[in-house]
Amino acid sequence: MNELSYRRAFSLQLRKELTQLGRRYGSVLTPLLFFAVVVALFPLSTDPSPQRLATIASSAVWVAALLAAMLAQQTLFRGDFEDGSLQLMALSALPLWLQVIAKQMAHWLVSGLPLVLLSPLAAYSLNMAPQGYTTLMVSLLLGSLSLSSLGAIGAALTVSIRQGGLLFAVLVLPLMVPVLILGTQATELASKGDNAAGLLNMLVAICLLSVTLSPFATAAAIRVSLD
Amino acid sequence: MNAFMTWFYQMSSPPHFYRWAGRAIPWFMWPALILSAVAAYLGLVRSPEDYQMGHTVRIMYVHVPSAWLSMWCYTSMAVASAIGWIWRMKLAHAVAAAIAPAGAALTFLALVTGAIWGKPTWGTYWVWDARLTSELVLLFLFMGVVLLRNAFEDRAQGDRAAAILAIVGVVNVPIIHYSVNWWNTLHQSASVSVAGKSGIDSSMLMPLLLMVLGFTLYLVALILMRTRNEVLLRESRKRWVQELVQS
Repeated sequence: MNELSYRRAFSLQLRKELTQLGRRYGSVLTPLLFFAVVVALFPLSTDPSPQRLATIASSAVWVAALLAAMLAQQTLFRGDFEDGSLQLMALSALPLWLQVIAKQMAHWLVSGLPLVLLSPLAAYSLNMAPQGYTTLMVSLLLGSLSLSSLGAIGAALTVSIRQGGLLFAVLVLPLMVPVLILGTQATELASKGDNAAGLLNMLVAICLLSVTLSPFATAAAIRVSLD
Repeated sequence: MNAFMTWFYQMSSPPHFYRWAGRAIPWFMWPALILSAVAAYLGLVRSPEDYQMGHTVRIMYVHVPSAWLSMWCYTSMAVASAIGWIWRMKLAHAVAAAIAPAGAALTFLALVTGAIWGKPTWGTYWVWDARLTSELVLLFLFMGVVLLRNAFEDRAQGDRAAAILAIVGVVNVPIIHYSVNWWNTLHQSASVSVAGKSGIDSSMLMPLLLMVLGFTLYLVALILMRTRNEVLLRESRKRWVQELVQS
């Protein structure tokens, strides 16, 4: 039998996750629908004049995306925990962090990326200046990657707790504050026609830091939950 | 092996720690009470009024120590958690468990005194300024650690889960520190600097530093007391605890 290289194992795992997610497309579509509904709540809860909407556009899109990403992350390990595959992942000869990255990446491809692609539509409905669209998408791209990394830690920590869903939100949302601040500020600046490069650079830094370090924390948290 | 490592290894034994902490607490508590009393006298009676804020500046002597120490608490909780995680030292987890509620209380105190101070000086109890928000986030982080630890029925599992969260959350502490420079808004920037000249007169700086020292010693005593209780709770089935209770 030939040795399974890390790269091959990673691509196999990624493909397996994507297939699984593809078969349960309901759970993929729900966060997107949730995103659309939350965005629609903002104009309903304020004076819907175009000028007023333009002032809240970046925060509304960002908060909606943050909540949708959270909702999608919450059950990241739940199914695997309940049917025992998580145990097998932890026992496997492959490093757990590598499998975590594959799982997280598959999840981000079907839940994070569509949010990024949908965001200009939401921004348009809230009358954001079109010059802000690119920055919105770039900041959401970086932001959703960090959110998915931080969310994975929280999901792994709370997977064995009954009714861990609310606790998950309470644990993870405070950690996401810097991403939210930088993302909305960058979008706000860009939609006013200013240069948002500095804030985007900081988002890149946070994104790199969380994407590279979090798989180890997530793997450790999974082992704690399996104890 | 040097003296510190010997001390460190001895401390990992709960009965040894229990006895040591019992002897050490008065050495922290009494200086804490004396220093705070002196600082309170100097700060409340002897120091001058601020030329802009008047007497309200005296809230500083409670606000600043609690805000500083709330961050110190988070860092030391993360360090204790890391020690507990790396060396599988149960006592370090007990220390982390003892710090979390104390840190949450200090954070709350910093927020409340800040609100009371904000009303006369800024005209409002609360603003969404970067520093205030970060302190609020710190409160949420402390509470998250406490909640997560209690959510597990198995204590060792809860300890390890809370340790991961504390270590991940410690990233937030430098962000609090630099937030003033990043999103500088209403909160005044730091007036006290370790190197270089402080922007605060010595008649106010002296009582402030004494108060910080007093607060710190009190906090250490409090953490030792709380850790002693934690140790008793966690070791309640062990013989040395049973003997202690019966004697």
